[in-house]
Amino acid sequence: MTSSKPLTTRAALTSAIGTVAGLMAALALMIGFFSWQSEYFFTADTFITIANDIPATAVTAVGMTFVLIIAGIDLSVGSTMALAAAVAGIAMLQWHWSLLPATLLAMATGVGVGAINGAVTVAWRLPSFIVTLGMLEMARGAAYLATDSRTQYIGGKIDWLGKPIVLGLSPQFFIAIVLVALAQVVLTRTVFGRSMVGIGTNEEAMRLAGVDPRPIKVAVFALAGLLAGLGGVFLSSRLEAADPNAGTGAELVVIASVVIGGTSLMGGRGSVASTFFGVLVISVLEAGLAQIGASEPTKRIITGFVIILAVVLDTLRERRKRKA
Amino acid sequence: MSPAPGGTGAAPVLLQGRGIGKTYATPVLAGVDFELRAGEVLALTGENGAGKSTLSKIVAGLVQATTGSMTLAGQPFAPASRKDAEKLGVRMVMQELSLVPTLSVAENLLLGRLPHRLGFIRGDALNEAAARQMALIGLDDVDPRLPVSALGVGYQQMVEIARSLVGDCRLLILDEPTATLTTREIAHLFEQIALLKARGVAVVYISHRLDELGQVADRVMVLRDGRHIDTRPMRALTQADIVRSMVGRDVHEGLDRERRPRGLPLLRVKHLTRGNVVRDVSFDLHAGEVMGLAGLVGSGRTELLRLIYGADRKDSGSLQGSEPRTELVMKSPMQAVRKGIGLVTEDRKTQGLLLSQSIRVNATLANLKAVSRRGWLRRREERAEVDRLRDLLRVRCDSIEQPVAELSGGNQQKVVFARWLHRDCEVLLLDEPTRGVDIGARADIYGQLDRLAAAGKALLMVSSDLRELMSQCDRIGVMSAGRLVRIFERGEWSEQLLLEAAFSAYTAAEKKAPQEQLA
Repeated sequence: MTSSKPLTTRAALTSAIGTVAGLMAALALMIGFFSWQSEYFFTADTFITIANDIPATAVTAVGMTFVLIIAGIDLSVGSTMALAAAVAGIAMLQWHWSLLPATLLAMATGVGVGAINGAVTVAWRLPSFIVTLGMLEMARGAAYLATDSRTQYIGGKIDWLGKPIVLGLSPQFFIAIVLVALAQVVLTRTVFGRSMVGIGTNEEAMRLAGVDPRPIKVAVFALAGLLAGLGGVFLSSRLEAADPNAGTGAELVVIASVVIGGTSLMGGRGSVASTFFGVLVISVLEAGLAQIGASEPTKRIITGFVIILAVVLDTLRERRKRKA
Repeated sequence: MSPAPGGTGAAPVLLQGRGIGKTYATPVLAGVDFELRAGEVLALTGENGAGKSTLSKIVAGLVQATTGSMTLAGQPFAPASRKDAEKLGVRMVMQELSLVPTLSVAENLLLGRLPHRLGFIRGDALNEAAARQMALIGLDDVDPRLPVSALGVGYQQMVEIARSLVGDCRLLILDEPTATLTTREIAHLFEQIALLKARGVAVVYISHRLDELGQVADRVMVLRDGRHIDTRPMRALTQADIVRSMVGRDVHEGLDRERRPRGLPLLRVKHLTRGNVVRDVSFDLHAGEVMGLAGLVGSGRTELLRLIYGADRKDSGSLQGSEPRTELVMKSPMQAVRKGIGLVTEDRKTQGLLLSQSIRVNATLANLKAVSRRGWLRRREERAEVDRLRDLLRVRCDSIEQPVAELSGGNQQKVVFARWLHRDCEVLLLDEPTRGVDIGARADIYGQLDRLAAAGKALLMVSSDLRELMSQCDRIGVMSAGRLVRIFERGEWSEQLLLEAAFSAYTAAEKKAPQEQLA
């Protein structure tokens, strides 16, 4: 009985530290390289800019991590961000709502979109890839309808979320950090988290063990929608506007961040904490490349290369672990 | 089949191993010596984890030995890969089939060597070559153009064997080849092995089924804990001798057990029907008893368990619990589990376990409520509980954090048991609970059946091993073509009677039972 405990902690720790340590090493390497290349990179300004830039991606990536863990995928998050931001914009501009209820409405919109994704996926046992691909189009269309296809300027009513309060950091940065921590705890310490991992590992075995996977899957998609909705508000607070084109292609950046964080596309394995580092890797890379004056095409090629490299390294590490 | 004179020393030594050892984190094989002559069948047997697979994989080139050396026909033999070994005529048919289900039988047989002209497959040449290959092992009743997925598992296994015979084969390793074969196919396989022997091919035959060894093996080699215990001519051995050297102790068979005291019915099955798979099945399952379900593969045993468990939908019929006249609505496994029914699935790897997850996660899966408060897991409680279950079931592992994929079959099955013990089910349905489980672990599982029955639980166990049913059960129901044809009480049955009952619904229409097998 005593023998299992030290091994427990050590094994779990090595695995978690392995991914995070790898990501931190990659970050340190990139920061070192960019600091060497550009004298302006290693400054508080750069890091504050990055910190205030990532919350929208980070909170959306939290939801995506859960979706990937249950062996699903959500391609609709970028459009959901835009739709939720549009709804929040209308609430503030036309109905004169204040920021908090408007944000809650945006999140509710996200929950609606996500719940539809989940319910359709579950009810007809469809691949979530296809369902959310359809939703990507529908939510984008709805965002155009809501904004009348024009960028709606919101202004000072929404920019509080993105304005510095402490050490140059904005409220949305702190909200994102809290959500990442909370989600990590939910994943590792709750029945819901355990069920997600189980469903991603072997859904049929879960069902035969008496756990109904369906409500859990719907909840995960709804949660991903909720977080994308919040991400949409974060995004529009940076723009001070509800842009129907906001978040175009964001789903790919989000998925890339999650995968760089070592979460498996096959389901059953993942961590929210390392997803956060995945988000950092991509944003540091983009900020750094911009600073050393890389052109847009070069940036994209290098970013794509880094995504593949990260996954290759993670796969090799997993394989070695399995052999050992 | 007459035992060939292979073991007596007439034929030349084909393969010789000296001091073969393999160490991963711990040694799994240590200093094994062996000798294999052309034209003989060497049965390799031992508990799971005894080192049978490792030794055969070393010979087949799938893994490399850490110590020792081998010679093949006098030449040094150290295959670095499966391909290496195959080039020298050493082939292995694995337990897990490696066929491509969507391709045809012919394409599978000649995969990698498909006859073609300018890249276009020559269908006629392909099917002809395949038919020749299949005739070799008496598979002439299968159309080579059929996709493999259209064949039963037994036939798929035969196709796999046919594939390994392509080209020059001097040594064939068969890993549990009969696990999924029907009686007719087994007879076929043994005939084919006799033919191979006559051609001077040496066969290594790995099997748990001791009754088969007498029919097929010339010599029996027993491994235990990675060590070579004994190699002796089959003729000089009884099954009891083999078991004793495998386990190192006598195994209590329980054939002479008393009937357990039977309580009130906990589950009443009434006219349960699903298509023609399960037809009008009625019986009561009582507290404190272990009831067996025998029958041929495809007779509806597994399907009956799944219907009771709500994993499949019934067409008609009903279930009642201990209170009469209240129907149990069982539309899903979730409802069944809530009502105190558990199912140990037939295939623990695909339906029972989360393979990549730890023992701890797997053991508490069906009852997370017990180790959580308001949705939050109590990790210390969970760990203590799983430690207790591990000790109770004697699960051999490094720690409860070890992924179940790394455990042997017997220990994996114990983890599935742990899950239902943790749930504390009133009724436990067991589908082939000891398939692929070694003798030691099997005895532990039988001990649990006794314990559960003594605690007033009701157990319903499907098994293809009649000896197991006869030794463990208080009653045995026999299914044939979807019907429960007879229920025997302890003392009434014999192997003969059980078999007759199992075949009874098919004898009139033999053709309708292609999967015929007292598996």
